[in-house]
Amino acid sequence: MSAENLIYALLGLPLLASALVLVFRNQPNLRDGQAVLLGLLSAAAAFQLYLLPTGASLTLVELAPGLTLTFTPEPLGKLFALVAGTLWPLATLYTIGYMRGAKEKNHTRFMFFYAVAIHATMGIALSGNLLTLFVFYEMLTFSTYPLVTHKGDEAALKAGRVYLGILVSSSIVFLLFGVLGVWAMAGTLDFVSGGILASKIDPFYVPPLLALFAFGIGKAALMPLHRWLPAAMVAPTPVSALLHAVAVVKAGVFTVLKVSVYIFGIDFLKETGGSEWLVWVASFSILAASIVAMTKTNLKARLAYSTVSQLGYIVMGAALATPLAASGAALHIAAHGAGKITLFFCAGAIYVAHHLTDIKDMNGLGRTMPITYGAFALAALSIIGVPPLAGAWSKFMLMGGALDNGYLVVLGVLMVSSLLNLVYLGEIVIRGFFAAPTHKIIGIKEAPVAMLIPLSITALLSLALFFAVDLLILDFGG
Amino acid sequence: MMQHLPILQVLLPLLAAPFAAMLRGRDVAWGIAFITTGTAFLISIALFLEQRALGTTMVYELGNWAAPIGIVYVIDAASALVLPVISGVGFIATLAARQLVAAEIDPRDHSLFYAAWLLTIAGMLGQVTTGDAFNIFVFLEISSLSAYALVAMGSGRDRRALPAAFNYLILGTVGATFYVIGLGLLYMLTGTLNLADLAERLPQVEETRAVFTAMAFIALGLFLKMALFPLHFWLVPAYAHAPSAVTALMASTATKVSVYVLIRLIFGVFGVEFPGLADAVGLAILTLGIAGAFVGTLAAIVETDLKKLFAQSSIAQLGYMAIGIGAMSATGLAAAFLHLFNHALMKGALFLAIGMIAAQAGRATMGTIQGAGKQIPITMTAILFGGLALIGVPLTAGFISKVYLVRALLEQNFWLLAGLTFISSALALAYVWKIIEAAWLQPRPAGAPELSETASQYVPAWIMVFATLGFGIYATPLVEAAFAAAHVFIPSTMGAN
Repeated sequence: MSAENLIYALLGLPLLASALVLVFRNQPNLRDGQAVLLGLLSAAAAFQLYLLPTGASLTLVELAPGLTLTFTPEPLGKLFALVAGTLWPLATLYTIGYMRGAKEKNHTRFMFFYAVAIHATMGIALSGNLLTLFVFYEMLTFSTYPLVTHKGDEAALKAGRVYLGILVSSSIVFLLFGVLGVWAMAGTLDFVSGGILASKIDPFYVPPLLALFAFGIGKAALMPLHRWLPAAMVAPTPVSALLHAVAVVKAGVFTVLKVSVYIFGIDFLKETGGSEWLVWVASFSILAASIVAMTKTNLKARLAYSTVSQLGYIVMGAALATPLAASGAALHIAAHGAGKITLFFCAGAIYVAHHLTDIKDMNGLGRTMPITYGAFALAALSIIGVPPLAGAWSKFMLMGGALDNGYLVVLGVLMVSSLLNLVYLGEIVIRGFFAAPTHKIIGIKEAPVAMLIPLSITALLSLALFFAVDLLILDFGG
Repeated sequence: MMQHLPILQVLLPLLAAPFAAMLRGRDVAWGIAFITTGTAFLISIALFLEQRALGTTMVYELGNWAAPIGIVYVIDAASALVLPVISGVGFIATLAARQLVAAEIDPRDHSLFYAAWLLTIAGMLGQVTTGDAFNIFVFLEISSLSAYALVAMGSGRDRRALPAAFNYLILGTVGATFYVIGLGLLYMLTGTLNLADLAERLPQVEETRAVFTAMAFIALGLFLKMALFPLHFWLVPAYAHAPSAVTALMASTATKVSVYVLIRLIFGVFGVEFPGLADAVGLAILTLGIAGAFVGTLAAIVETDLKKLFAQSSIAQLGYMAIGIGAMSATGLAAAFLHLFNHALMKGALFLAIGMIAAQAGRATMGTIQGAGKQIPITMTAILFGGLALIGVPLTAGFISKVYLVRALLEQNFWLLAGLTFISSALALAYVWKIIEAAWLQPRPAGAPELSETASQYVPAWIMVFATLGFGIYATPLVEAAFAAAHVFIPSTMGAN
């Protein structure tokens, strides 16, 4: 297929899936089965697009003179589309097991918005200009709101308010301001290799403009705009796994990275030093979130704060403004995506099989759920950055990028953060395998197979990516 | 025939009104209103297309008396853009009125209702078409007097409509009087009332105190009529207690016409380079506009009556239009025209949907719609989309307005004002979302009235919703028309597209 057709496929398949969910609302197996099938197709499409050379561009509609909805896959976007496209069918399969196992209600509504959210994610990944990105960014926020508030109780409503309040207001007040500011100064919104702002803007204004983006992109969960992410954990776990560990948050850091590389330009940021402050903000976010994570005993809350911390790595990669760090950040989108979705998959499996949510109650559970805990351990090691797992490469490249620019302190931050990761993720594994069980052991009791298959695949993915890393290293020049 | 369209546009509803009043049957009166507004809408579209095709100003001389002696009707890019807004909303509101009026107005009053309804539409169309400043006043009074009557007709259901109408009458009359005083001064100075002629003669007297006084009176009078903060207090009760159909019609059109007349007078007669205009009137409009945006939005957040809530939101939205005007640039004016157009669509959708609820339940409050998402999903979805457009979510018309409004501010380096505009538009999320949350995520309270919906009830609102989405996804022709309208007043060299 040509690149244009693949763009249509990646945008269209999730929409088709959401439409078919409504059509088959009274036949649950058909409704859920078609979503997995279309997910596999979109994974294949994402992979094929990833291997094609860049250069294709597709304009859907001209909203207003000079403002178009355009899709121009570039390496970074193709990588993100690949991550989202590959994990979507796995997560959908997992969703089927979870929603039925946990006896959640309103499956049709859930599956519908789940697919719409993937459509929005693909739109963000493939966007060819800032306007397109903003359109799909907002669509992603609104389409995930019904998923966050899925339970419909008072706690879910409150979380929904925090979620929407932070994400929408930051995007309107800061992000859109930044977008229109770029439009006013550069006269264009296109993503161009090397950036569009050099020579268009007084270097003095680079840090504030970058701040509009860094804090406007609330989805990147940079502290102190991270509160929505722990709040979103009231959603059913498949949402936390695919959307709030991969699609939504990665859309955020992806946007930060994309803006740094294709709007500001890495060289321009480095020359002007406009992103130096962001290195320190990201460092703070990395460490502070890790420390908060250690205080949480609710498994999903701990994983959420771990995500906040890990997102800081990617923002850091953008802020360091060297090609090596940017490549490391891009790689971390994939590596952390595979690792964190596995951890959430495991959290959901534990909930469905044993109705446990608190880490303190999970002593000895590893012996009851060996597959789940094995996958958890593998993914946790990847996130900590232990070879031979994918997370090792991205951390390594970020450290190299920090050294290139002489940020020795950052090197320390990354090391301390790895240690903290080891403590708060390791605790769960150790309690699972070695602590004396708090409950009576009743032999092996795992979650349904529909959940075990995806979590095993994503865990092995963390291992495979270590060896196939060449495929995922993007070249940002320099 | 074609060359008479400018006068037919106004004359048709004006002449149809007495027929509606005389023919007593309620369906007959509605039928006359329906056919008349439908034809008026077609005429507007024809005029718009013809003007866009020609690209020039069409001048119609009444009775073949040439200006400045005779009265002329002028179809230029600006009036051609505003006419379809008024007649279009008028037509859709008439479509909805059949249900709404039947539910809310005493059957014996229907023919009078539709007579006043047609008169107010005729008055608004007249204000937009005419090229004569005094003629504007005449049409202003025609539309206002009939509007006072329409608001007062809400008294059968809600006695508070009477004081609301009285307030509206007093303040509306003050506004109109201010306008006519200003006009009197201009006439005294120049000896003419023709807008184009006035614009030509004013520079000879531009540094006189009388001309500033005239400008102040005219601007103040129109601020009142367009409900610019802090002269907006008549609007909320009038919209809240009027019959639902009247609210839908007026919220989308009445204040917009005054915005248009303000632009026509400030930019068309005085001109953007008129001494003192940019720093006095412009600054005043900008300040009041942003203040109104905040005051209206905050008031809407705490409001529980839905008609009042969206009336407060209208104060905020008029503030945005004012900001566009106050930017004193072509882009700013284009943004004002865009928002005038887009806001009519979204508020039309919202008030038509809410009107259907109010007509069934007696009132539309937060309590009425709590948990209503399951009972009337189609109506509530219309409200959802209308609300998203008010926030300015992309792919709705509201986003396009906001983009150009901010663009206008950034062109002038008003960064702070742009930031404030963003903040107030983000605050709109609070009042929109409390409705969405109540309707969709909260349970229907026990004992709440059963709500229902049929196609004839939600179709009018949905026509507006589709327009809102359509002009949000493909706004290029509209943006071009808005810039053409702006360039009537400020030549294109003074602002980039």
